[in-house]
Amino acid sequence: MKYTLAVLVENRPGVLTHISGLISRRAFNIESIAAGPTEEVDTTRITIGVEVEDEFELEQVVNQLSKLVNVIKIANLTYVDSIQRELALIKVRANKANRSELVDVVEIFRAKIVDVNRETLVVELSGEESKIDALCEVLTDFGIIEIVRTGRIAVSRGPVAAKDM
Amino acid sequence: MKMLGAEVVIECLKAEEVDIVFGYPGGAVLTLYDALFKTDFPHILTRHEQGAVHAADGYARATGKTGVCFATSGPGGTNLVTGIATAYMDSIPLVAITGQVGVSLIGKDSFQEADICGITTPITKHNYLVKKIQDLPCVMKEAFYIARTGRPGPVLIDISKDVFNDTLDFVYPETVCLRGYRSLFAGDSNQIDLVIEALEKAEKPVIFVGGGVNLSGTAEEVRRLVDVTGIPVISSLMGLGCIPSDASEHLGMVGMHGTYAANMATIDCDLLMGIGVRFDDRVTSLVQNFAPEAMIIHFDIDPAEVNKNVRADFKVIGDLRWSLPLLCEKIAERNMGKEQWARADWVGLVQEWKREKPLASSLPAGGIRPQAVIEKVSELTQGESIIVTDVGQHQMWTAQSYNFNAQRSFLTSGGLGTMGYGLPAAIGAQITLPEKNVILFTGDGSIMMNCQELATLADNGLPVKIIVMNNQVLGMVNQWQRMFYGKRYSHSSTKGCTDFVKLAEAMGVAGLRVTKSEELDTVLEKALKMKGPVLIDVLLPETEDVLPMVAPGGRLDQMVLRGIIG
Ligand SMILES: Cc1ncc(C[n+]2csc(CCOP(=O)(O)OP(=O)(O)O)c2C)c(N)n1
Ligand SMILES: [Mg+2]
Repeated sequence: MKYTLAVLVENRPGVLTHISGLISRRAFNIESIAAGPTEEVDTTRITIGVEVEDEFELEQVVNQLSKLVNVIKIANLTYVDSIQRELALIKVRANKANRSELVDVVEIFRAKIVDVNRETLVVELSGEESKIDALCEVLTDFGIIEIVRTGRIAVSRGPVAAKDM
Repeated sequence: MKMLGAEVVIECLKAEEVDIVFGYPGGAVLTLYDALFKTDFPHILTRHEQGAVHAADGYARATGKTGVCFATSGPGGTNLVTGIATAYMDSIPLVAITGQVGVSLIGKDSFQEADICGITTPITKHNYLVKKIQDLPCVMKEAFYIARTGRPGPVLIDISKDVFNDTLDFVYPETVCLRGYRSLFAGDSNQIDLVIEALEKAEKPVIFVGGGVNLSGTAEEVRRLVDVTGIPVISSLMGLGCIPSDASEHLGMVGMHGTYAANMATIDCDLLMGIGVRFDDRVTSLVQNFAPEAMIIHFDIDPAEVNKNVRADFKVIGDLRWSLPLLCEKIAERNMGKEQWARADWVGLVQEWKREKPLASSLPAGGIRPQAVIEKVSELTQGESIIVTDVGQHQMWTAQSYNFNAQRSFLTSGGLGTMGYGLPAAIGAQITLPEKNVILFTGDGSIMMNCQELATLADNGLPVKIIVMNNQVLGMVNQWQRMFYGKRYSHSSTKGCTDFVKLAEAMGVAGLRVTKSEELDTVLEKALKMKGPVLIDVLLPETEDVLPMVAPGGRLDQMVLRGIIG
């Protein structure tokens, strides 16, 4: 089962080392991790996608992460109504012959073309992971040169912030 | 007043009421050592950084105070690693201070540079790299706070050489501001009511005590609980001493080398109340088969311990200094007699197990029984000693055969099982408790891992008594090879030219030897009366198994009770 956790941490040196160290030591199965600054200068928010066997394992992940000195708060966004997004940049082979077909695909997915040259173009897409997976799948036929994905971030709907949950 | 960073460290130690540090100097900490010199701050020079960190650990275990050690950058720091991991596994409050290369040299593979924060991240409760002197007082304050509050543990502070040499107007902060750190004391008292209801219903309850009781100093509450209820008690290795080993309710240690009664009770009980335990695999064996019939109650300070290895039906999260007095109080309010808490048929059954199969030696008469050595020391010291061990068979025999009766009286590396822990830990304990008998049971293998600390022992005139349980084998390895590897004794003999008596004497420690069982009592009596440090080399038969033994993966009631010696 897959879960999404919003982890608020103090923006201190070494905090990411502590988090990744813990994940590796406890052998947690992390599928994605995305970090960035927040509305508070000294706070960083990390969205962690974790795959666990059951609720007990999830409880372990949350409890062990909570023990890290610089972890301020963990909110489980899995069961709250939330918006989950990931950003992807995909570099695809494109020549005269298939470029228009590619443009059609990009349009269907409501993606954007952000760079074009004679041989390739770069597609930008934000959305749920499954949507990005689907686009990547389709683009495989054209020849993907590289894929960059941010890992998912999530925010709950409604007025309450994760720090107050 | 302007102060050097090195002096700031010393001032912080004073503010934290640290009375001694253990350490070893080097390039990155020269200014710190200069400050020690100028302030005359108490410091013990060990002969290896591993000795320093284990000594700080022994000091902490024996007293409950936070142990402190110093080491230089690079190899100094890496030599601390085993000791930090040892302390981490057993939740020992420790502050390790290492020097780091100059700020501009960090990250350049500079001389004696090692990323000790990176290295120790998985084995510390927290760690810091200090690159600015302004951060130093706050970091020191936080480090001590984190090390000793909540579930204790080691904290490492890596301080750049430049910081020691920089100056600052020193003010020690009065409070810490750690937004993400919660050190819980009181928990949910409703849970305790639920526990009591469950206890009332239980027909075959068992109390299981662990290291948390020793760490929190709540042995008295545990004893009160047992006195009032008469519920049988089992103990983990780390829980020994919480309740007198020979108390009638005490069934002994549980687990791989647990007693017959303790292991049988675990399998048969219908309620198991764990207090300050973490259900280590050496206790549970295969978790699916651990206490299969029982409702599990778990008292612990660390929420992450609950449901980690064994699923708990009730949890009481909080400091045992909060939960145990409350539990005792609420139990007393019930005004129930012992026979209501612990039914006669159940108590009768566990007592029967105790009588039926007490600990036994499989050794033929003739040689010195290792258990006899421990029993004799137990008799001579009447439990009034600090007992320290290394790791191996001698450790298990000590756990099984010594009559403990005080909390924090048994210092042993439980979680990590670190050979070489014993001697330096004994040094740390003896320094802080000069009036106590400190006795180390070690092995011919273990003593050689940190035997350099015999010099520290002698040079500081510390009267530790070292008993080398010399079976001339890495006994525990040997036993596994005998039981599970067709007696192919691959590299587990220590037989050779080493003379432990001479080794001791060379470093200024008196040496005695026991070769025959008739000499045992007199030599031990004599040794324990001697003023200074003594090493007693006791020659034991090579092959004796630690029994009972539950084979790895076996169920606790499937014990090997008789050896296959020969
Ligand atoms: C540092 C370290 N290395 C290896 C081991 C594995 N080990 C566990 S017990 C043991 C044998 C210890 O021999 P000795 O000290 O003579 O004790 P005995 O078992 O003979 O009583 C070994 C090698 C360990 N626990 N620690
Ligand atoms: Mg040995």
